[in-house]
Amino acid sequence: MSLSTNAPLRASLAGSLDDAVHEGERKRRRTRRRSAGPAGRGWIASVTPYLFIALAVGLLVLLTYVPAVNMIWYSLNNWTGFGPVDEFVGIDNYIKVFTEPEIFAVFGVSLYYFVASFAQMAIALYFATLLSFSTRFSNFFRGVLFFPYLINGVAIGFVFLYLFQPGGTLDTVLGWVGVTETPLWLGDASIANYSLATTSVWRYTGLNFVLFLGAIQSIPSELYEAAELDGANKWDQFRFIIFPGIRRIIGLSFILAVAGSLSVFEIPYIMTTGANGTATFVIQTLETAFHFRQVGLASAMAVVLLAIVLIVTWLQRKVFPDEKVDLT
Amino acid sequence: MSRAIWGTVKYVSLLLATLAVLLPLSVVLFASFKTKEEYATTGPLDPPSNWFNLTNFVDAAVKSDMVAAFGNTLIVLVIALAGTILIGTMAAYAVDRFTFVGKKLVLTLFLIATLIPSVTSQVATFQLISGLGLYNTKTALVLLFMGTDIIAIYIFIQFMQSIPVSLDEAAMIDGANRWTIYWRVILPLLKPAIATVVIIKGIAIYNEFYLPSLYLQSESLISTALYRFKGPFGAQWELIAAATIIVIVPTVIAFLFLQKWIYKGLVAGAVK
Repeated sequence: MSLSTNAPLRASLAGSLDDAVHEGERKRRRTRRRSAGPAGRGWIASVTPYLFIALAVGLLVLLTYVPAVNMIWYSLNNWTGFGPVDEFVGIDNYIKVFTEPEIFAVFGVSLYYFVASFAQMAIALYFATLLSFSTRFSNFFRGVLFFPYLINGVAIGFVFLYLFQPGGTLDTVLGWVGVTETPLWLGDASIANYSLATTSVWRYTGLNFVLFLGAIQSIPSELYEAAELDGANKWDQFRFIIFPGIRRIIGLSFILAVAGSLSVFEIPYIMTTGANGTATFVIQTLETAFHFRQVGLASAMAVVLLAIVLIVTWLQRKVFPDEKVDLT
Repeated sequence: MSRAIWGTVKYVSLLLATLAVLLPLSVVLFASFKTKEEYATTGPLDPPSNWFNLTNFVDAAVKSDMVAAFGNTLIVLVIALAGTILIGTMAAYAVDRFTFVGKKLVLTLFLIATLIPSVTSQVATFQLISGLGLYNTKTALVLLFMGTDIIAIYIFIQFMQSIPVSLDEAAMIDGANRWTIYWRVILPLLKPAIATVVIIKGIAIYNEFYLPSLYLQSESLISTALYRFKGPFGAQWELIAAATIIVIVPTVIAFLFLQKWIYKGLVAGAVK
């Protein structure tokens, strides 16, 4: 589980962080008196907040912004990673990114994961709806469905490497239902990506599931009772109460799907090392930078990825704006 | 659809899902208890004959650097978590309790940083870390885990808003300075938020593979230690299975005891 596990929370921060703080400020403007504090209004008092926030901002700038800015600079050069950066090539690298087929192929691979994430969301929504209402053993099922998300990525990679082995678990189970000619799930380049994408679905559905569950459970229950009195059946209730009520989470899940499918790394790397046509964008970038020593080109690839994510995020905010949905 | 049919569909689908989740894990569990010969002669779905055969587990732990890796992971975890909590709560304190010039700028910086997926800037970050002479150190990992975590700050800010300012003011009347207020009043009240962050971030660090594999070459954390089983032990799946189970067990334990916190933490961050 890479740090992009934090991705769901990161994606929702845009806007929410802003809201949270402004809410606090509004509250405080009404109730706060100017409290001078024992340090008085002297310079110590005015410097205090900066002291408290210094480390956080310092680390943030150092580890997020400085590399980001450098990255843009690197992308405009050819650089091996050693010695000075002195070979300015302008947008050459960007042209390469959009024209060289090996580089472009990785976007195609991301598509498998992108489509898979829709399956993820559908499955997650289905089970979240099921388990939001009276179902026996719901705690058990909830735990089971969510648990894969917590498992170490390397462990999951090995579990499924084992499962997909020729003559392994999957083949044996298929044998029970009479399927005897099974393909090489990971060895066959034409289906390897399907197998990997399925592993990804297995791993991440739990997260979507818990998010949907939380959202559905925050819909006030009187709405369902009122709807039933009006004669709505379960499907109507889903369409007109649940679905609108969780629009925000669906929007969030969509961003995650895009960002997630572009930054896939662990599963393909651990299971096939990106061979056989399963190389993803991140794997390709790392190879370009560290194996082929083309830091400039790799940086250009990273900038393109960043641009795509930002554009999609911006689009998503347009289509699913952050206003609170009023269900009454 | 009649109630009965719907009810059956419901439980059948739940059971299928449960099977889909538990089957891959169970077969690995089975394999980890089989001896070499047993593994070669039985199918993956046949349970092991001896559920107390711990040789594979012992072998896996001894033949690799898993034990050292657990130690390393623990060190990184503790330091990174302590750092995140300190820095995060301090930042949240500054943002929530003060108004100061540049506050908007700082918040915007945080906001924008959340949009940049960490994978994109790795190439440049690597250059930076090498430049600082921190390649192949645990320090690099600790720094990275601490510096790129804005969720923690967010969770703290959210939580801090429900701590009434009157407590601060009461303490100030008693003569406390800002630091004392932070340390003695605010921090203890933030315990639930701290617990949430520890759990969420702790699990994330334990499972992290990308960063340790990139920055720490000569030693291992848990994930990289497990990954190294792939090469030398080739097709000895009973060993690899045992190692995998060893890595998963702490997660299972943490999950069983901390379920509520985990759900709360994720939902709190995303649904708000």
